[in-house]
Amino acid sequence: MNIEAIKSIYYFEMARMGRTLLQSVISPVITTSLYFIVFGTAIGSRINEVGGVSYGAFITPGLIMLTLLSQCISNGSIGIYFPKFTGTIYELLSAPVSMTEVVIGYVGAAATKGLLIGLIILATASFFVDLTIAHPFLMLMFMVLTAVTFSMFGFIIGIWADNFEQLNLVPMLVVPPLTFLGGSFYSIDMLPPFWAAVSHLNPVLYLVSGFRWSFYEVSDVNPLISLVMIAVCLAVCLGVLSWIFRTGYRLRK
Amino acid sequence: MSSIVSIQNLTKTYANGFQALKGVDLEIRAGEILALLGPNGAGKTTLISIVCGLSMPTAGRVLVDGHDVVTEFRQTRRLIGLVPQELTTDQFETVWNTVTFSRGLHGQKTNKPLIEQILKDLSLWDKRDNKLRELSGGMKRRVLIAKALAHEPRILFLDEPTAGVDVELRRGMWAAINRLRETGVTVILTTHYIEEAEEMADRIGVICGGELLLVEEKQALMQKLGRKALHLELKAPLDVLPPTLAALGVTLSDNRRGLVHEYGNGDGVAGAGEGRIGQVLAAVEAAGLSISDVSTRQSSLEDIFVSLVGAKP
Repeated sequence: MNIEAIKSIYYFEMARMGRTLLQSVISPVITTSLYFIVFGTAIGSRINEVGGVSYGAFITPGLIMLTLLSQCISNGSIGIYFPKFTGTIYELLSAPVSMTEVVIGYVGAAATKGLLIGLIILATASFFVDLTIAHPFLMLMFMVLTAVTFSMFGFIIGIWADNFEQLNLVPMLVVPPLTFLGGSFYSIDMLPPFWAAVSHLNPVLYLVSGFRWSFYEVSDVNPLISLVMIAVCLAVCLGVLSWIFRTGYRLRK
Repeated sequence: MSSIVSIQNLTKTYANGFQALKGVDLEIRAGEILALLGPNGAGKTTLISIVCGLSMPTAGRVLVDGHDVVTEFRQTRRLIGLVPQELTTDQFETVWNTVTFSRGLHGQKTNKPLIEQILKDLSLWDKRDNKLRELSGGMKRRVLIAKALAHEPRILFLDEPTAGVDVELRRGMWAAINRLRETGVTVILTTHYIEEAEEMADRIGVICGGELLLVEEKQALMQKLGRKALHLELKAPLDVLPPTLAALGVTLSDNRRGLVHEYGNGDGVAGAGEGRIGQVLAAVEAAGLSISDVSTRQSSLEDIFVSLVGAKP
């Protein structure tokens, strides 16, 4: 294991993020604050409690997940797409590093940044609503697993993408609908039975639901099933990555 | 001298069916400077890419210091530094950070005095805190060399290191490469500047159409294929070459105003005919021809190269 290389990639990526810290932290914080003002305070005050939780508190886990997912996917994809785009990837390919080390470096950095932003949003939320976290350890575990899984997903997108349009396709077009329809802002109990059933096909539902359970012990699906679903997503990403490395897909001609 | 890189029957066919290398065999000796010459698209970059790990071979294999570049890539890539053809840099990074990053990527702990020395040797020390986008093209090229040297490689690949670099800088780079060789580093450079190969290389390989046409000591190559010619320009055009001159192998040029006497021809008999120069001159005088100008010309590597590549169907 080339530990120095992993450290180099990780610090290099963290430094790159450090340069764009302001926009990468301030923009999600402002966006989330707006959600709280609009949904939590303005409209939320007219909405009944959901599952015994005030509406503002109810949407907090979903909002954190929304940001965590999109941040991790975009960080993970840009991290590897950028060297491909500028050509500096030659250095990674000609260095004595295995692809596993490359992934640990890039995905580790993307997940770290996603987690930091997630925690900052959690702190922001505590200014707007009364938060109770019933299972802090489980909450962190959900966050870490989600961050790693979706940073990996981002990494795969970064390898697949040939242009900036493809790079932004998933974070811009796929993630928001999945999160909005995944029970971030409502409990799927409120949906007609057919749409409630359809919602179960949405992986984000399981993430949000399990994550919310760690806060309030209320959930749409059993939190154990949520954990299993994250594990399945993680396994799928690992499988795709190992295929990419075996075949050199879009990396080695 | 033992070989440090051993390329055996290396073949590369790209996914689109283009065959970039057609069974190349090449032994690179430890400590030498080998220049690979060839026109654009000859396969030079593909060859380097496979040795360095950017590309996978279709068939054949490459050993670096006895290790296979595919299965034992950790051992081989640690020994190799690569300076790519394109100026690919992280525009927003500083010189210091990007060079330090390269060293870490090769599994080596930070060594500030070493990096400082490398940057000083390449006249980049003053620019260490500059972002790469603030540097000129020539400086970026040197940053790429610094990155390639940061992990103290024993073999350095330079893919057209002086393409688009001005004359002064080019000479500076040649000097830097010579200093490297003195420390025992093996240098392989590709170029299509014949001058560069002629100036620097110990041996020269010519690649064309994915095949290695020859690999020779530079001196031997020049001697073997190099031609010398004596040109005599006549004051008045000549209709028929006097038989005395024809007997000495002298030819009349197309415009009938010049006599050409070749010696040291390409048949491996270097120096043959050299002693006849006196006879030729005497014969010219005996024939009553008056001469307005005399010149001699030695064929350069460029002529050799053109004749080799041109002869290939």
